[in-house]
Amino acid sequence: MVSKPRVAFFDFACCEGCQLTVLSIGEPLIDVLKHVDIVTWREAMSEQSDEFDIAIIEGALNRDADIPRLKKIREKAKIVVALGTCAALGGPHVSANRFTKPELLKHVYGDNAEQFMESEAGEIRPISAVIDVDVPIYGCPINANEFVSVLKHLLLGRPYRVPNEAVCYECKLNGYECVFDKGMICLGPVTRCGCGAICTSRGHRCFGCRGLVDDPNINAARDVLEEHGYTVEEIIGMFQIYSQQAPKVKELAEATAESGKKKGSEPWRFGSTT
Amino acid sequence: MEIRVDHLTRVEGHGNVLANIEGGKVQKAIFEVVEAMRFFEGFLRGRSHEEVAHIASRICGICAMSHSSCSVQATENALGIEISDQTRMMRRLIMDAEMISSHALHVYFLVAPDLLGEKSVIPLVEKAPDTVKLAFRVKITAYDLAEVLVGRHTHPVSVLPGGYTSMPDRTALAQMKDRFIAMREDMKVTTDLLKTLELPAFERETEYVAIQRPDYYTFYEGDIVSTDGGRVSADNYLEALNEFVVPHSTAKHSRWNRDAYMVGALARVNNNWKQLHPEAQRVMDELGFKPPVYNTFMNNVAQFIEIVHALEDAIELMEKMLAQGLKDEEIPPITKHGQGVGVVEAPRGLLVHDYTYDENAKLVKANCIIPTNQNYANMDRDLEALAAQITDKPQDEIELGLSMMVRAYDPCISCSVH
Repeated sequence: MVSKPRVAFFDFACCEGCQLTVLSIGEPLIDVLKHVDIVTWREAMSEQSDEFDIAIIEGALNRDADIPRLKKIREKAKIVVALGTCAALGGPHVSANRFTKPELLKHVYGDNAEQFMESEAGEIRPISAVIDVDVPIYGCPINANEFVSVLKHLLLGRPYRVPNEAVCYECKLNGYECVFDKGMICLGPVTRCGCGAICTSRGHRCFGCRGLVDDPNINAARDVLEEHGYTVEEIIGMFQIYSQQAPKVKELAEATAESGKKKGSEPWRFGSTT
Repeated sequence: MEIRVDHLTRVEGHGNVLANIEGGKVQKAIFEVVEAMRFFEGFLRGRSHEEVAHIASRICGICAMSHSSCSVQATENALGIEISDQTRMMRRLIMDAEMISSHALHVYFLVAPDLLGEKSVIPLVEKAPDTVKLAFRVKITAYDLAEVLVGRHTHPVSVLPGGYTSMPDRTALAQMKDRFIAMREDMKVTTDLLKTLELPAFERETEYVAIQRPDYYTFYEGDIVSTDGGRVSADNYLEALNEFVVPHSTAKHSRWNRDAYMVGALARVNNNWKQLHPEAQRVMDELGFKPPVYNTFMNNVAQFIEIVHALEDAIELMEKMLAQGLKDEEIPPITKHGQGVGVVEAPRGLLVHDYTYDENAKLVKANCIIPTNQNYANMDRDLEALAAQITDKPQDEIELGLSMMVRAYDPCISCSVH
């Protein structure tokens, strides 16, 4: 009999909402779990093992001190799955990089900041900045169905195709009203889908939690934005909530800065950011 | 004897239990927090008012709705946004859903294995399949209510300061009400199960802090009160919750009237038990829970009593909302700018968000006080007291006892080092 693949869950800096989303799958999860051995899952069980095949890692790398632990996991694992946007793209706290670590520590801990300067040193980044990731599962939080699908692909030894269409695609398939038509700015045109357009399904806009698609159609996006009176800079400002580290966002920011294509500053309105 | 449990399991986030016992005397017993910092208060600065709750919700995956609700409450108070009765009912119902889902995760999945002599819930899938199914059902029913109300439990989608981008579907809400009514049977089964379980004997009276309203058992809005006496309005929270930094923790500690206080289900029940739903009071009697209770391990029983309360309260709120009809409402306007405070009872206890906004409705200052932080000082006192009580036991039993004590608090560690 072939032994079952050994799966281990790990977490770094995050809210642990993606692991919780896994727990909330319920019975479909129990079915898939019959085909694996979970050997480490600190949040759910007391047993732990250093021997595993698939490492599922949640959370971002928020300090250099955690690098050895992350590298050790990579050495042991055959496959590394980045669970959620924190692991895959850096997550919301990556936007703290707008400030320096000492400034942030002083802001939060005041006169006591000094005691943490050494232990907390280092830039906030996704795990992919330090180790190779085999499968990224995007989303803040992840989509539970996508998680089950990824696990099934891994168990069958088939490559998993990460969704690479824009959220607009899923939004239109579902027939939801276009957010721009309602007078709001939306990241749907350039954001990776796979979420089922959950935010626009509830009348909200897309916040870009799954990051950019691989080849965002910037010209088309620019046309949509211009048609509705927005600039690319505004969209990039919004993207900084989730993926300031995404190289594409940086490239875009630089390309836009070079082109000097900028509209006059606007008064505050729904969706605008600094 | 050195006790060291690194990266304690079956809790949210990273912490270590450390104790040193020499010649039958406890030299030290502490919970060390080693979670990495995320700096939410730092990077919320500069964000516009309608983005803040979206981001603040991400402080915690388990109590996302508490953070989201507390965040919009603070923003509404800062910007002078008046919410409607319907919005207030939605908020109360959301808190009920979160209380059930979070307490169920803790009681059934994280604590029950200790009481049943297992290391996780996984062996119970074979040994007690009906109980595991019940546990999933309770948790997922509460999740599904959150999905009907705001799109998702972790993280809510349709929440804005002042209201919602869309209201729940009436048919879906009616179905949820029926599923909640059906869950009453699960409460009976759990009550019977709890009667067969024995919690560790332990007693240490301390100060218990919660929010309170004159009219009902509140998880959303209220004054901050203490069993030591004292009442402050939410705006004056700094008079009560004094935060301080200790060397062994990346999370801050708190004190009020004494060197430590406790928040969470036990603190709420000890302060407000007379306002519990009659059915929850009946279950409380049946389980022999007589407030005030000073056994910290009974926090888990208090959590179950609150599940029963939240279930009944949610059924009443859903009946009321369905009778009134669900209306799409305009988001009320911003009328001022400045500072505003939000207070809610997250599953783990009192949660405060304090924001200051500028004239463009951009956030300039944020302070978030997390329940687990408020419990750390009290947790250390309890660890000392429990260690002193069991110094003659073998090392593994002491380790288990101290680990169970930390788990009894249901700590949310990454939340506390937001």
